[in-house]
Amino acid sequence: MYQYDQYDQTLVDERVAQFRDQTRRFLSGELTEDQFRPLRLMNGLYIQTHAPMLRVAIPYGLLSSRQLRMLGHIARQYDQGYGHFTTRQNIQYNWPKLEAVPDILAELATVQMHAIQTSGNCIRNTTSDHLAGVAADELEDPRPWCEIIRQWSTLHPEFAFLPRKFKIAVSGAAADRAATQVHDIGLHLVKNAQGEVGFEVLVGGGLGRTPVIGQTIRPFLETQHLLSYLEAILRVYNLFGRRDNKYKARIKILVKETGIEPFTRLVEAEWEQIRDEMRLADKEIERVKAFFAAREYDAAAAADTSFAERQAADPAFAAWVRHNTAGHKVDGYRAAFVSLKAPGIAPGDITDAQMEAVADLADQYSRGEIRVTHTQNLLLADVKQGDLHALWRQLSALNLATANIGKATDMICCPGLDFCSLANSSSIPVALDIAARLDNADYLYDLGDVRINISGCMNGCGHHTVGHIGILGVDKKGEEWFQLTLGGSSSNDAFLGERLGPAVPKAEVGTTVETILKTYVDLREGEESFLETVRRLGIAPFQETVYANH
Amino acid sequence: MQIIKDGAIVNDDIRHLADDEAPAAGRFTVSFERWQAEKAGLAAAGVRLRGEHAVADIAADLPRLELVVVEFPALADGRGFSHARLLRDRYGYAGEVRALGGFIRDQVYFLSRVGVNAFEPAAGTDLQALLPALGEFTVNYQAAADHKQPAYHRR
Repeated sequence: MYQYDQYDQTLVDERVAQFRDQTRRFLSGELTEDQFRPLRLMNGLYIQTHAPMLRVAIPYGLLSSRQLRMLGHIARQYDQGYGHFTTRQNIQYNWPKLEAVPDILAELATVQMHAIQTSGNCIRNTTSDHLAGVAADELEDPRPWCEIIRQWSTLHPEFAFLPRKFKIAVSGAAADRAATQVHDIGLHLVKNAQGEVGFEVLVGGGLGRTPVIGQTIRPFLETQHLLSYLEAILRVYNLFGRRDNKYKARIKILVKETGIEPFTRLVEAEWEQIRDEMRLADKEIERVKAFFAAREYDAAAAADTSFAERQAADPAFAAWVRHNTAGHKVDGYRAAFVSLKAPGIAPGDITDAQMEAVADLADQYSRGEIRVTHTQNLLLADVKQGDLHALWRQLSALNLATANIGKATDMICCPGLDFCSLANSSSIPVALDIAARLDNADYLYDLGDVRINISGCMNGCGHHTVGHIGILGVDKKGEEWFQLTLGGSSSNDAFLGERLGPAVPKAEVGTTVETILKTYVDLREGEESFLETVRRLGIAPFQETVYANH
Repeated sequence: MQIIKDGAIVNDDIRHLADDEAPAAGRFTVSFERWQAEKAGLAAAGVRLRGEHAVADIAADLPRLELVVVEFPALADGRGFSHARLLRDRYGYAGEVRALGGFIRDQVYFLSRVGVNAFEPAAGTDLQALLPALGEFTVNYQAAADHKQPAYHRR
């Protein structure tokens, strides 16, 4: 993975000093709350329901074991012993003390981490495919490009006060595991007719109040022009994006109101002016790529026979392998998920002790690296098949081996009213209730791949719009109600879910989801997945069963 | 009155004329709108741009302008950052680019990077306290108006 040199380290150290001074000025009364707000937000610090919330950046979701140990240390030392992984592959702490935040940032800087631009109206953490570098369907590893974007966007002086926040995702594989179509900019590594690798550039996607699927602004961009093209899009957005209404300020609204063709012409005209001077040097591309170069793999790994024997002998291990591991480009290796969706645990939450234990397991079995997935799980990407049984046993002892990845209980869920001051409903109890109703493993597996996404408010941090089943908390005269949508997806077949009908009270969300899943089981044909059934039949049969008694 | 210019606190006698104010003796700036309407007969030293204006619309006039003022009605309006950058990088403007109004200390470093070399903050701001902000960082990843080459060329 990328390693800081003196430039990276100096910048992060100076940022810590700057924030320490800003915090000091606020606490001493030199800065008002209004003046301090944009400054703390630029460093991922929110004032929430119970305490400040600190969001720490995990660039494209990649962590070293040393970094994960530090995250565990911070959870124990400065928080209440746990952290929460988010859909942007970051981690959030819910209970730090404001005056301790400069010290937390200083500790993070010692392991090449920071909280820069994890909030505020600026370019946020660039996200990517959790299987980057090991996926069999990958054209090229997207992470070097993510790192190049990270450096370009970090403290970019022109784009720190955009109309609204700005999110970029990069995918290098055939299957889109980075939700690139629902980002402000989505980049997809593709090959042109000449066999050269470049980017398909999408713009104007996004979730939140006005969900939109991104549109292609350039079908093929030579890689050397990546930063100039991004800079052109950002400059057009910075100058012309709406600033009169924060709910209409995202780039998706600008693209929609301008029209994709006129918008494209604006960007291309700007790009013409800067493309030559901003051309990426080959030397720099090679320098960054070297940090992610293919590893040495053990050619003997595939010869191991214990893997097959243990699956045959132990159905629980076999189920975990089937559901919680993914294929690897190298024979004899698999990528193993660390499920953060155990029954009774808030989705994405992990304790200090679990973080330290996973760091140890990463050292032992997976080159000391851990990835965070945008579905709020962790992943060990390079595990020999012969090691999987031992890994599974240790993960099981840590309550991190619930065999449910991609299944209905692997829900994406925002922190909701329990923590977030924006929310108008508590999403976590809803997720826990649904999971408790699906505790029969045979039934869960029979349902196949089902993505249930829950947001506590229309800001959509739980990506409800692109859930196969989306659940959105709404406030009705001071009571929590939930709006359901069906058929959404953030993958290659990106689609915004269709509203099922009137919202249901909180107490009925669990039974409603049960009814929807039962309806699927009754109506599916052959091996048809939940999403395929919804796409074939539409939502009408689900409306009939859900609202039959209303 | 005092402002920060080229890293130092200096006296400044320039007046920012309101649109209904008659040009007086001495140096003054006018609004973008007034410049567009009256520029032929106006001996203004500078023009004041706001976020909604386009730098391109005064590009031809830049040789006769001693300064261009980029107004910040509120700290969150970041359009002025692009205006300053375009003045320097696109149009090669070498005169004074002055940030005026509602920007805050913590934007000073970014403003200096996009080409602002003079700072006239809201009345009552302690200029001495703003000065250290100009040097808060010693490294920058990306090219801007101050460094034409990104950091990676020095690696």
